[in-house]
Amino acid sequence: MINHRAIKVIYQNEMTRFFHTLFQSIASPVISTALYFVVFGSAIGSSINSIEGVSYALFIVPGLTMLSVLTQSVSNASFGIFFPKFTGTIYEILSAPISFYEALIGYVGAAASKSMILATIILITASFFVDLNIAHPIWMVAFLVLTCISFSLFGFIIGLWAGNFEKLQVVPILIITPLVFLGGSFYSVSMLPPFWQTVTMFNPVLYLVSGFRWSFFEVSDVSVTTSLAMILIFLLICFTLIAWMFKTGYKLKE
Amino acid sequence: MSSIVSIKNLSKTYDSGFEALNSINLDINKGEILALLGPNGAGKTTLISTICGIISPTSGSVSVDGNDIIKDFRKTRKIIGLVPQELTLGAFDKVWSTVNFSRGLFNRKKDDAYLKKLLKDLSLFDKKDSELRTLSGGMKRRVLIAKALSHQPKILFLDEPTAGVDVELRKDMWKIVRKLKSSGVTIILTTHYIEEAQSIADRVGVINEGELLLVEKTKTLMERLGKKQLIVELKEKAYQLPETLNKYKLELNEDGSLITYTYNAKDGGTGISKLLGAISEAGLVVKDLQINESSLEDIFVNLVKKL
Ligand SMILES: Nc1ncnc2c1ncn2[C@@H]1O[C@H](COP(=O)(O)OP(=O)(O)OP(=O)(O)O)[C@@H](O)[C@H]1O
Ligand SMILES: [Mg+2]
Repeated sequence: MINHRAIKVIYQNEMTRFFHTLFQSIASPVISTALYFVVFGSAIGSSINSIEGVSYALFIVPGLTMLSVLTQSVSNASFGIFFPKFTGTIYEILSAPISFYEALIGYVGAAASKSMILATIILITASFFVDLNIAHPIWMVAFLVLTCISFSLFGFIIGLWAGNFEKLQVVPILIITPLVFLGGSFYSVSMLPPFWQTVTMFNPVLYLVSGFRWSFFEVSDVSVTTSLAMILIFLLICFTLIAWMFKTGYKLKE
Repeated sequence: MSSIVSIKNLSKTYDSGFEALNSINLDINKGEILALLGPNGAGKTTLISTICGIISPTSGSVSVDGNDIIKDFRKTRKIIGLVPQELTLGAFDKVWSTVNFSRGLFNRKKDDAYLKKLLKDLSLFDKKDSELRTLSGGMKRRVLIAKALSHQPKILFLDEPTAGVDVELRKDMWKIVRKLKSSGVTIILTTHYIEEAQSIADRVGVINEGELLLVEKTKTLMERLGKKQLIVELKEKAYQLPETLNKYKLELNEDGSLITYTYNAKDGGTGISKLLGAISEAGLVVKDLQINESSLEDIFVNLVKKL
């Protein structure tokens, strides 16, 4: 007996907030995407050779999308659960006839949906600057959905764990952004010296970006199956962590 | 009378190591209004939060309508409504959407007619499209009540419903509470004020330092707690009380300057004027009068001593 109405209202409530601030939600990714294209695509990109047969402006599209998707998934999902905890409105969730997992589906589902919408907007913006051809649309969507879900889950964990606003903001700034920038979002790993290539292999974001990029251009730093396996492993780790947090009532309930 | 909430040996020790509830045993009757009375930090909110599922009990058990609050949490929570002590509301939600949200959380089908009537009863209907942050404190309290009633609960917890509330809202609140009671809802409320408990509750439970000191019919308790003392200071010391004053059960202090008369303010006649007449007839001259009322603290001290 699943409380589907509760999942629905949590999801709707989160999405309403997103649509209320639609302008902010959309303006910032659109503007930053456009800026990246002007700076990297046109100004600098024109003096960079194409990478594995793909023009530089085109090459950065998947990385750019991932950058927004990862940061937004984490920050949306973490704020989504941290805020009710912070203001005390979580009492209503805790005293309602819903399980932890139902609340999880509502919150993480909403955060992942927001990221999907965002990714779509970024890709549309990009299509104004470059001629976007997607080689494997189904794989593209699959990578996107998996990434949105796993990083929203990760964000949910951060939101549960964070005791204050600083901790909440530290993770996206100090972990996600560096990982994305160093994960081959804006360059091919093969362009790095061997030592840094090895270091980069430990960066999980590399596998996301590589797989995602493959679905566009059929060029990748690592094999697609490796990419897929890595995303699934990351998803599994997040699930396990969540299950453990739930079992111990970690920081949600005294 | 059959009980709807049954609390057995319930204890709660917070993660900090603080023991907020110490082996509470309590049966709440179906359809009654129970007032939980106790000073700040007594454990009232902790008790309510445990029953509602907001905090986990350390030991003991609670059953609601025959179901365990942990094993069968869906069944127990579905029939409980909670108005929390603090005004915790999302800032940007609108009144109408927040009550619909609450109703959905409790897995109830949309029912605009019911929610419309609920908001009207709480004088909130003309505010239904207002953002919560634009409401006054009293209106926020009404919204919290509306949210708690949005799923038509059988048991309603009101945690200090009258804190920061003006006379008007207080009257409204008691009207709503009485109406709910007449429709069969069981109501548990917490308060610091004896008068409040007296005016509305069928029974009163007194909590102090995590222990339930007593639960009694309001009437019985008021008789016990309504004691006052009249202290008569005499102009000239009396070495013995005149026999004519025997029936008043007076006490004379050691040096004979003070007479203490204990009476119950809740009784029809207190007998004070007769006593004063009798004192002057007996030839004693009154210098001054003083009345001692038992404060909540005295009552607790008394209760702890007696039990
Ligand atoms: N999360 C917590 N961690 C540690 N101690 C807590 C926590 N919440 C409450 N307490 C302590 O438990 C005791 C009981 O608190 P509770 O809120 O239940 O009291 P109360 O009777 O509702 O008081 P008030 O009348 O002030 O609302 C207090 O001493 C309080 O400091
Ligand atoms: Mg309290």
